[in-house]
Amino acid sequence: MAVDALPEPSIRITPRRLGRDVLRTSPIIAVAVLCLAAIVLLAIFAPLVAPHDPQLLAPALRLKPANAEFPLGTDAYGRDVLSRILYGGRISLLIGLGAALFSIVIGLLIGLVSGFFKWLDAVMMRIMDGLMAIPSILLAIAVVSLSGASLTTVLIAITIPEIPRVARLVRSVVLSAREEPYVEAAISVGSSLPKIMWRHLMPNTVAPLIVQGTYVCASAILTEAILSFLGAGISPEIPTWGNIMAEGRAFFQIKPSLIFWPGLMLSIAILSVNLIGDAARDALDPRMKRRGGNA
Amino acid sequence: MNAERPVVLDIKDLAVSLGRQPDAPRIIDGVSLQVRQGETLCVVGESGSGKSVTSLTVMGLLPKKILAPTRGSITLAGEDVLAASDRRLRQLRATTMAMIFQEPMTALNPVVPVGRQIDEVLRAHTGLDAGARRQRILAMMEQVRLPDIARIFKSYPHQLSGGQRQRIMIAMALVLEPKLLIADEPTTALDVTTQKQILALIRDLQRDHGTAVLFITHDMGVVAEIADRVAVMRQGRIVESGPLDSVLRAPTMEYTRNLLSAVPSLVPRAPRPASQEPIVLETNALGKIYRERSFLGTSREVAAAQDVTLTLRKGRTLGIVGESGSGKSTVARCIVRLIDPTSGSVRLVGREISELSRPALRPHRKRIQIVFQDPYRSLNPRVTVGESIAEGPVNYGASRADALRRAGELLELVDLPADALSRYPHQFSGGQRQRIAIARALALDPDVLVADEAVSALDVSVQAQVLDLFDEIQTRLGIALLFITHDLRVAAQICDEVMVMQHGRIVEQGPAAEVLTRPGQAYTQQLLDAAPGRNWDFANFRPVNAQIAMPSPGTG
Repeated sequence: MAVDALPEPSIRITPRRLGRDVLRTSPIIAVAVLCLAAIVLLAIFAPLVAPHDPQLLAPALRLKPANAEFPLGTDAYGRDVLSRILYGGRISLLIGLGAALFSIVIGLLIGLVSGFFKWLDAVMMRIMDGLMAIPSILLAIAVVSLSGASLTTVLIAITIPEIPRVARLVRSVVLSAREEPYVEAAISVGSSLPKIMWRHLMPNTVAPLIVQGTYVCASAILTEAILSFLGAGISPEIPTWGNIMAEGRAFFQIKPSLIFWPGLMLSIAILSVNLIGDAARDALDPRMKRRGGNA
Repeated sequence: MNAERPVVLDIKDLAVSLGRQPDAPRIIDGVSLQVRQGETLCVVGESGSGKSVTSLTVMGLLPKKILAPTRGSITLAGEDVLAASDRRLRQLRATTMAMIFQEPMTALNPVVPVGRQIDEVLRAHTGLDAGARRQRILAMMEQVRLPDIARIFKSYPHQLSGGQRQRIMIAMALVLEPKLLIADEPTTALDVTTQKQILALIRDLQRDHGTAVLFITHDMGVVAEIADRVAVMRQGRIVESGPLDSVLRAPTMEYTRNLLSAVPSLVPRAPRPASQEPIVLETNALGKIYRERSFLGTSREVAAAQDVTLTLRKGRTLGIVGESGSGKSTVARCIVRLIDPTSGSVRLVGREISELSRPALRPHRKRIQIVFQDPYRSLNPRVTVGESIAEGPVNYGASRADALRRAGELLELVDLPADALSRYPHQFSGGQRQRIAIARALALDPDVLVADEAVSALDVSVQAQVLDLFDEIQTRLGIALLFITHDLRVAAQICDEVMVMQHGRIVEQGPAAEVLTRPGQAYTQQLLDAAPGRNWDFANFRPVNAQIAMPSPGTG
């Protein structure tokens, strides 16, 4: 209270300064950024980096231990585990990114509309409540079993349950922003509703959405892995981290590394994304930042 | 007469810097002041002058990592405050010095009954048992003249009015009989009538207890009401200090003179001849009723405005004055159709607009524009000044290039440099932002400009400039002004007609020179009596004398 009464020293926040502050205050974030960058690069350049074709069956080389030719050994069909993990990252990351992107775009639209129009709000939000009440894995399994497993259906199945969370977030931001005098000023100079939403309301949602996006991304990667593990995901010959673990499950006692390596990659990826999301939240919320500075 | 009383607070050559480096910028630089027992020292200054930082330094409440005292000393009743440990400071803060703040709602804990909040102070600093503590709290609450103290003891802050909350804060501050009370703008958030009571209360308590009071304010009127001595601050330094009378009558420094000259006089300006220009705005029995439906379906109706009838001619200024909750802003917002009136009519340049749908209203919107109170929130921080001003004309079909060129001209009209177009709102001061908001409103060439407390958030010197700007715009463009304000001084200087509102209804209406000098209603008289510093004519450095009672003849 007393601190709020002070004139705030005007310290301009520039992106570079922000980045430097974050890295200096927590080296863990720096590690997370490096890990995620490495995983993304390895996935993008998988065809160049991977030593073998991830789908090439070699019955003679089943369940080989790690050696010079197969750095992480082979699986039950003689496929190179390292290559499969590298390629698997592509699907997992694609799904994480796609789910974040689509849920934000759709959730943003729903949230803007229902935050602004009171009469629509009740209907929209009850639908969102309904969606949230269904366990997301169950919903995803239902969608996939209705329309068959493919990258698209899995992506849709994972995106749908994330939409209500984004929509609610956007709605709450819009509800408070629409009371701002500059929005009323825009109304009184005759701006159209789409213009008010796009120009005056939407920019307020960017910072919270970036943060929410990282959480959606992490949870989508995890959900895809769960779906694949349960056999409700993308068809098993296509490598994803979840698929690799699902197939490795049967040979867990003979060769635990079949589950260990993809699991490790999954954990590192999700942990990194979440840590970066937390850092983004703290950095984009000036109150958090100040409190941190005073503690 | 106070010279022989002991000095309670002695600040010598205090400097407070942004950080501990020797070259760090100083927020406070070389401030020295003394407060004696039973004396009130008013520290007056505009925003950013360092008056609050000074008081927080005394209390030991500076945010340690950001601001640090780097020079000088503070002695409180013989004890060095700057050298005191955190533990000792905590003791001092309750027993020897106490502070009250501007906004009692945020200074009180919303989930604890106020009686228990006062009790916490006693529990922490005295060995009294529960019964004795309760006795003492009730006695204190009686001293601050709270009604029905047994009920209020158990009440939560939100159940009390703003004035009652401030009384609780005062009771909490004084319950341990501190030697020094620091009051940081304690009445700024209150209505004038409440402000008057609180100021009287602080005076009386001070007389009874002999407390030294360090009173921080930006309002010269309040200074005239409560100060024994005055210290004028500017940019972290004390510009001038001395006994109240000599500072108000014979200020020696240019800055003090300007500050005093900027205070609008409560004596209305000379009335302009009655106007026969066409009527641009009229409302007839305008009303706004809010229906609250509770959980169980019972509904309650609150009339925010009722039966408001007004007319405004081209080139004239109509003021709506009233305290908070009087419905003055509701009327303004109904007229601009930011909210929909529930009854009555609004005619804008002869066209009924109260029942038009949003799309049908659009062509008429540009005829009436509004300027809001808070210049920090009325401009979108992410949009450049030029784009903000050009938004309206572009909406009505102007090309972007034309609109931006016009925006440049408007900036010139409101005395801002044309290169402001490409800058963002945060690069401007409050007064400059309000000019930008005015330019935005003018961009559509409206017939009526509504100013909703448009100068209330500004420092007096800036306020005077913005009032001049409104005046100039009106003479130049022949625009009609609907001026909403709680400040009778402002109303007296800008309005041709004045309408006084209370509880959503019009109490009194008439020419400003009439209403503000010979009010016909008791409530208007009450408002005038409560206006702080009504006995001083600040701009002329003298007390108001009997001539105020004689308005110029032939008005209205």
